[in-house]
Amino acid sequence: MRGLRETRTTAVENLSAPSLPPAASPMTAHPTRRKILLGSFCLCCLPSAIRASDAGPFAMQEIAEGIHIRRGLDEEATQANENAIANTGFIVGRDAVLVIDPGGSLADGECLRATIAQITSLPVKYVVMSHVHPDHIFGASAFLKDAPVYIGHARLTEALQQRGAYYREKLSALFGPEQTGTVVLPGMEIRDRAEIDLGSRIIEVIAHAPAHTVCDVSLFDKETGTLLPADLLFVQRMPSLDGSLRGWLKTLDELKNHAAARAVPGHGPVVVDWPSASAAITRYLTVLERDTRRAITEGTSIEAAIKTAAASERGEWKLFDDYNTRNATEAYKELEWE
Amino acid sequence: MTRFALTGALAGAVLFTSAAAALDDEAARTARWNELAQDIFGARQIQQGDAKINLEAPERAEDAALVPVTISVQNPKDVKSITLVIDDNPAPVAAHVTFGPAGDPQSLKLRVRVNQYTYMHAIAETKDGGLYETHRFVKASGGCSAPSGSYDTAALAEIGQMKLRLVGDPQAGQAREAQLLIRHPNFNGMQRDPATLGYTPARFLKTLDVTLNGERVLHLDSDISLAADPAITFAVTALAKGKLAIEAHDSDNAVFAHNFDLGTGGS
Repeated sequence: MRGLRETRTTAVENLSAPSLPPAASPMTAHPTRRKILLGSFCLCCLPSAIRASDAGPFAMQEIAEGIHIRRGLDEEATQANENAIANTGFIVGRDAVLVIDPGGSLADGECLRATIAQITSLPVKYVVMSHVHPDHIFGASAFLKDAPVYIGHARLTEALQQRGAYYREKLSALFGPEQTGTVVLPGMEIRDRAEIDLGSRIIEVIAHAPAHTVCDVSLFDKETGTLLPADLLFVQRMPSLDGSLRGWLKTLDELKNHAAARAVPGHGPVVVDWPSASAAITRYLTVLERDTRRAITEGTSIEAAIKTAAASERGEWKLFDDYNTRNATEAYKELEWE
Repeated sequence: MTRFALTGALAGAVLFTSAAAALDDEAARTARWNELAQDIFGARQIQQGDAKINLEAPERAEDAALVPVTISVQNPKDVKSITLVIDDNPAPVAAHVTFGPAGDPQSLKLRVRVNQYTYMHAIAETKDGGLYETHRFVKASGGCSAPSGSYDTAALAEIGQMKLRLVGDPQAGQAREAQLLIRHPNFNGMQRDPATLGYTPARFLKTLDVTLNGERVLHLDSDISLAADPAITFAVTALAKGKLAIEAHDSDNAVFAHNFDLGTGGS
């Protein structure tokens, strides 16, 4: 288990937020709250695009044997969608279930948890938090009652310390503190790589150098040859750069050499061919790097450069205008130090 | 100034809720500015100065943690100092720059943090003691990726590194623009640690002195409103040759110094 370090698993309450039931306390001790939660996710919390009429709160797709994924909406977080905008899901082994990712809010996480219970009676023993962004991990506190091992990059805790409270405030403003969830820090921190045994099913966890963020992990399921790179792979939805442009391109290069047959993007279709589906994001990041570097070399200021960088990609991505200027700003401030 | 300290402590929490809404009131924003002007400049008269000073900033900041700002003045020879005020930031005085004989106030570029929807004011102080202001309203859109002030702490290993870039080709008799980058987190002390609910201590750039062959180009007093890895673009006088010396001090009393030889075209 090289690269593993056991640390704490801590649920952190915001001072102003109402308390959630402690992890050790069964939900049956809070019948009223349980009823409210069940009521909310069955009746109103999920947009119909996600909710399945009979299969449970989520429309899940079993993209490979035992790997169930929910398609996130290609939207920004809104009150209506409760931040169910990332692809989330779980892997079922012989003995246990591993979740990746727990979802964008407590409500989103509760929906996922209820869906898991409809598909398998096996316990959720692992919850992977693929990186710091709230659309992927704010559902983590929905699983506290299962007392799983929360797994994240060795730098996830630091990232959550810088941003967790801010994200929580922002999401709370959208759909209220009760539906938002609390910040959960990883109990198992991955520095390099680790293997998780779900019972006759080994899941490899790989910690990456700064790429999409400074704390990305990807999973590889050896059983089915499925790569789960989370937000290292965006398909159709505009990528957001929050780590290192050069690092992300390098990481994609490394992942392309992975002997995977398919991959599960963090946003976009629930399953794509690998590595061919990485071509579009690689192209976008390469164009962004080329345009930004050219601007810097020519002495173009940051405020001018971010208006034009990667403009040729506008027609290729959903939500392009929501992210490109910001990505270009990140790219400029990284590359200007070269 | 108690009010600003309070705003600072709560800034993360109020960003999208009550404070922004309360300050939406234009009268409240005017009152805020009047109060700030009094705090910063005392009883001195500040004149409307659109003909003398120009402030460029994006109407909507896509990245609230890095908002590029350009200040230019019509008559650089008359200008002694420039002040940038971000009214609703926890530390409103983002930068106060005093120019020396080797500096040229014609154009000054900074990158700042904007905490919430706010007015920005740029004030030129002339050598005869006049104060001229212009202002802009900036919408900081935040975004879910990075709150203003988060920082890759791995970069702390490079703290104090500097890079200088000369902009354009030298033209006889004209001032030359130079861009200085300094690696520094400029921690604003507003990140909350969820484990302790305390705040990561602030550590930020306080002063910057730039001289050319021993003559002052500029002196900058600053605070937590500068973006991480502060970048400042300024102009040096026509004789832009020789040694450009930089000395920066931060709030931990660390000193970062670097010399650039302009004779060989900068760094």
